[in-house]
Order: sequence, then structure tokens, then C-alpha cells
Amino acid sequence: MSEANITPVLMPKWGLSMSEGVLVDWLVDEGAEIAVGDEIMEVETDKIASAVEAADAGILRRRVGAAGETYPIRALLGVLAPPEVEDDIIDAYIAAYEVPADEDDEEAAASLYEFVDTAAGRLRFARRGDDGPSLVLIHGFGGDLDNWLFNIDALAERARVYAFDLPGHGQSVKTLEDPSLVGLAAALQAFLDAIEIDSAHLVGHSMGAAVAARFACDAPARVQSLTLIGAAGLGPAINSAYIDGFVGAASRRELKPVLFNLFADSELVNRGMVDDLLKYKRIDGVQEALSSLAAELFPGGVQSAQLAGQIDASGLSTLAIWGSDDAVIPAAQAQALNNAVVEIIDGAGHMVQMEKASAVNALILTHIFKGDATKLRPWPGIPGDGY
Amino acid sequence: MARNLSMKDAINEALDQEMTKDPTVIVMGEDIVGGSGSPGENDAWGGVLGVTKGLYAKHGDRLMDTPLSESAYIGAAVGAATCGLRPVAELMFLDFMGVCFDQIFNQAAKFRYMFGGKAETPVTIRAMVGAGFRAAAQHSQMLTPIFTHIPGLKVVCPSNAYDAKGLLIQSIRDNDPVIFCEHKNLYAAETDVPEESYTVPFGEANIVREGGDATIVGYGLMVHRAGEAAETLAGEGIQCEIIDLRTLSPIDTDTVVESVENTGRLICVDEANPRCSIAADIAATVSQEAFASLKAAPQLVTAPHTPVPFSPALEDLYIPSAERIVDAVRKTMAP
Repeated sequence: MSEANITPVLMPKWGLSMSEGVLVDWLVDEGAEIAVGDEIMEVETDKIASAVEAADAGILRRRVGAAGETYPIRALLGVLAPPEVEDDIIDAYIAAYEVPADEDDEEAAASLYEFVDTAAGRLRFARRGDDGPSLVLIHGFGGDLDNWLFNIDALAERARVYAFDLPGHGQSVKTLEDPSLVGLAAALQAFLDAIEIDSAHLVGHSMGAAVAARFACDAPARVQSLTLIGAAGLGPAINSAYIDGFVGAASRRELKPVLFNLFADSELVNRGMVDDLLKYKRIDGVQEALSSLAAELFPGGVQSAQLAGQIDASGLSTLAIWGSDDAVIPAAQAQALNNAVVEIIDGAGHMVQMEKASAVNALILTHIFKGDATKLRPWPGIPGDGY
Repeated sequence: MARNLSMKDAINEALDQEMTKDPTVIVMGEDIVGGSGSPGENDAWGGVLGVTKGLYAKHGDRLMDTPLSESAYIGAAVGAATCGLRPVAELMFLDFMGVCFDQIFNQAAKFRYMFGGKAETPVTIRAMVGAGFRAAAQHSQMLTPIFTHIPGLKVVCPSNAYDAKGLLIQSIRDNDPVIFCEHKNLYAAETDVPEESYTVPFGEANIVREGGDATIVGYGLMVHRAGEAAETLAGEGIQCEIIDLRTLSPIDTDTVVESVENTGRLICVDEANPRCSIAADIAATVSQEAFASLKAAPQLVTAPHTPVPFSPALEDLYIPSAERIVDAVRKTMAP
């Protein structure tokens, strides 16, 4: 019996800066039959807590990791193997397993984030992936490029992926020359110019979706497709209590319940997420940037930009993804689009790309490779391989 | 962009950025001028431990070397603050406050109150605190409780570089007198610190570590000792929550009480002497507000009621250790 029949379950690496995680608990017992996409364990990092979906199918023969313990990324947490693999083979596999060393850890850490000077000021970005089409990820109001921490590496297996912090956000310049959708679309253009991308597939979340759409309608030649996730800009309604709460919250106690609005499962909001957002909000200039953006984009608690007609008229290939339980922007607003594929994902909130990452990743890749199915390999993580 | 910075460099950066941003910010103290960029032997100066090194080259005469008279220059700083400047005065060692105490507690702390809110005193007094530096009884005390006792003063004691920068900027922008206590044994400790200016608000404790079995409350160096203790205890299956108070006045007792309502156990760690200490204050407050939640008597881990010894062996025993914190937690766990 060879090790070829043994499939390890490893501590995942979520996003750019994760080095270790806590195995909060197992969600399946030893001996359980696991299907790809099943939630098998809960893991918490300093950024988020989330269930881990199985990347492989098989029988969970051994739980190696203990609940409550901290493990480095790629540490062996469990073993999948068919019933005929004998226990001593599994024991030997576990005993022999070594956590693979990160290739040039220091170098990797240094290149996690890059900065580029653009017409919109200094912007932080990350790039992943060596070939394939260019894909640019645009976060939402108050977010940053780490909102894509469950997406960027998976998408980078088929595409050159760029994620950046909009001005006023993350670690980019905090002053907004023009705190409007047009101003943010100009920043997107400045970013594309600075890193010399002629045209790209755009993936935007929430306000970032409106930025992508605004830019696509104004410069369609530079956009190959649009993916709008929990999008702003498609209807008037928005949860103004969320916007006001996010802008106004000055303490952990005030901010935490506001963040519950973002997820269907509020357990995902952990101390690290709240602390990181407070640290961001407390940087000079951020409060002004957020206040002025909110006043321009959501005056009186209503979205000022209505872009559905222009998006339809642009003729761009458009995908809209929404969490069924989005408590910030209602999923029903996807109906404003007449020429788009609309996918509603059950059991997810506004941060659907985090809560149901593998489903969202698969939808994005299917969308951007539409008409060229040969570029698509089977995608682990979608039950039934949904292509 | 964030990078790793020592607490000393973070404090220097906070001073530099606020002096750049606000022309009313001045810095004064003993031997604070000098540092890199200055001519000749001045290059070696920049404060007794080099915290203000390099600032004179950038901001010139807005840094003032003062005579060795704390009474005079702390009084001058308080007076300048009432007249529109935002002075940051370095008292070197907080132990030296004895000779300028009237300026601090009877003048600066009282102006807003006695002038019916019409006077503001935006002065920040920076000073080193804490033992472990082999600096003997007159340069090693943790006198935070004395200032915390006085209404009208704000008292800050950061445990890391990120908090130090944000709290110092907050102190300088604050319109009340702030006593900013820097633990000398934390100056070299590094954390991620954003390049940009930012603030950390007063009166918001930081939950450094989450746990459901016992709440350890501390500030300054003691946060790190609590962290070592929590690691040891985690190995035994005891999960400790660590709360870093960050500011002692105002003090965030809400966060402490909420935590104890969850854990039922309280361990207060304080490098100060035990009588009228922050530890005693927290224990009293929690006993009053969350008595029903307590599963065991609150434990105090503090320095003894003695001066800080000069003998290294005794000084090490004087400072609350991780082992003593572990013992105190175990005591609360005993049936």
C-alpha cells in the first residue's frame, strides 16, 4: 500500500499574511465520508474565523490536529484514506510528515504587498499568478485588499490577479481628491495605468462593484468583463444603519455589532477583524475620507448612483453574485440588471466572497473563461464540478 | 505602510510627526537636544536614552534643553500650555516628579476645573517608569497610581510600540494634562507600526489575548509577563484573557468587568507598590460591580511594599514574574 492513497488535510493559508491558525474544532468525526466542499473544521486566524471546506474527498481516517491548538500553515491536521489502507501505514505517514518550509520565507513576506505611485497617489497592491488573463479585485467601502484573502490565491491559479487598496482605504494614500464614484473610478484607472494593464477582467465588491461599473461604462475598451459582488449602484436601498455605524464607531464595543451586518454567520467577526478595522479608522485622514465618501455615495441613506441601465447598454459580459442573506445591500437589486448572469448564494451575507469563497471563486473563473472552456480544469471545492 | 519599529523609535516618530503637523508643539527637557544631524558631540545626545535623537536637526529651537530644574521647566511647560502651545516636557524619570509636583497636581490638574472650563492645559509630560534597569531606588519606581489618584490628570502607560505612537499623538492633541509613562525595559520591543499618524483613544483597554477561564489585567511591562504566564497555563488547559489597560486615567473598567462576568476569575498585575495601586483599584471595582460573577477571590500580583532594590538578584524578585502570575491564576482555579 503506497502513500498515493493517502490525502493529507492541512492547515490552510488564507491570504497574504497568515502564518499560523488555531484549529478551533473539528466538524466531522473520524471515519466520516467527506465530499469535496464539505465543511470539515473551523479555523481561526488573527483576521477571521471560518469553516474550512474539504478540497479532497475521502474517508477521514485520522484527526491529527487537536481542537484549540495552534498550527503553522500546511501543518498536517488530518488524514484521508480509503478503508483498505492499514492503520500502521497511516501512522507511518503521520510520523514522517514534515511541514514544508516556505520557499524563501523572508522574501515571500517582503513581496506580500507592493506600493505604486499613481496619479491618484501612492496605492498598495498585491499581485498573484504568473499567467492567464488580468483580473483586478476592487474592495468595498471601508474595506481593503485583504477582503479577498480567500480568493486571491485560488483565482491566481488561472489568472494574473491584482488586488489594491482604493485611496482612503487600507494602506493606500488617505486623501481623496474627489470623494465620488467618478473619483474612485479615476483611481482605478490610475492604478491600471501605473502597473501597465491595458484591459482586465474587473471584480468588484459592494462599493468596489460600483467603481468597476462606473469605470467600465466610461472606458469599456479597458474592461473585458464585469463581476459585481453584493454590488452598490444597482438600486436605491442600502442599510444606512450599517454605513452610519461603520463611519461613526469609535470603539471595539461600537464597531463589533456593526460588523455583524456583513456576515450571515456573525461568528466570523473576531477580535482581530475588529482591531484591524479600528486601527485603520484611527489613521489620520480616514475618518474624513469615509465621511465624505458616505455623504457623496449614500446621501440620506440612499444610493446616489444607479448604473444598471448603463451596464446593460455597455454590452459587457456581466456576472452578479449575491449572498442570499445580504443585510447591507439587498440581493433583490440584482434584478435591475437585464443582461447579466445572476447567481444568488444561499446562506451568505454581504461578504459572500469570504463566507462562500470557493463557490464565488468558481463562479468568477467560469465567467472570465466563458467561451473558452478548455482553459478550465475541474475546480475542487464546488460540489458536482459545476461547469 | 506598517513596519517593525521599536517603542523608542515609535515615540520619536510620534513627536516628529506632531511637530511637523502642528507648529504649536514644542519639546523641552534635560539633554533632549542633539542627536543625529547635530554637530560634534551633540550627535550622541537626544535624551538620556536617545528617544528624541535627531529631532533637533529637523525642528531646531522648538526643542529646548532646560536647566536641571524640574520645578522650573515643568512649570514653564504648564504655563506655556495655558497660553496656546502644546508642550511635551520630558521629566526623564517619573521618580523626579517630587520636585515639580505642585506644578502638576495643584496647577495643571486644577486649571480647567477652577476656571470653570475656560482654561485648557494641553501639556504632555513624558517620563520613564519601571524597574529592571539596575538603576536603583530613585530611578526605577512605578508611580502611576499617584498620578491616577488625581482628578484632572490623564495617565497613560503603553505596553508596545503601536500603542505608544498612537497614545502619544492622542496625548499631544488632548486638551488636558497627560502623564505619559514609558517603561524603559520596553523601549527596544518591536511591533508593526504604521508610518502614518494615528491615534489610540484614552479609556479603551486592549484585549491582548482571549480566554474563558481567568482574566489577567495589567499595563506596561506586566502585559508581557501576563502573556508568558498565559502561555504556560495554556499548556495545562487553562485559557487566560489578558487585558492591557493602556490608560489608567481614564480607565476602562467596563472591559474588565465584562471579561470577569465571562471568566469569573480576576488576577490584577501591577508593577507598582501594592497599597492604593491600580491592581487594588481594579480588584475593588470588580468586586463591587461583578461580585456575583466571581468564582474565587480576586488575586493581586504586585511589587512588595518596599523601595526598588539595587541588588540585581533582589530587583528581579521585586518585579512581578510570570511564575507569580501563574501561581495566582492557579489559586483562583483551586476548588
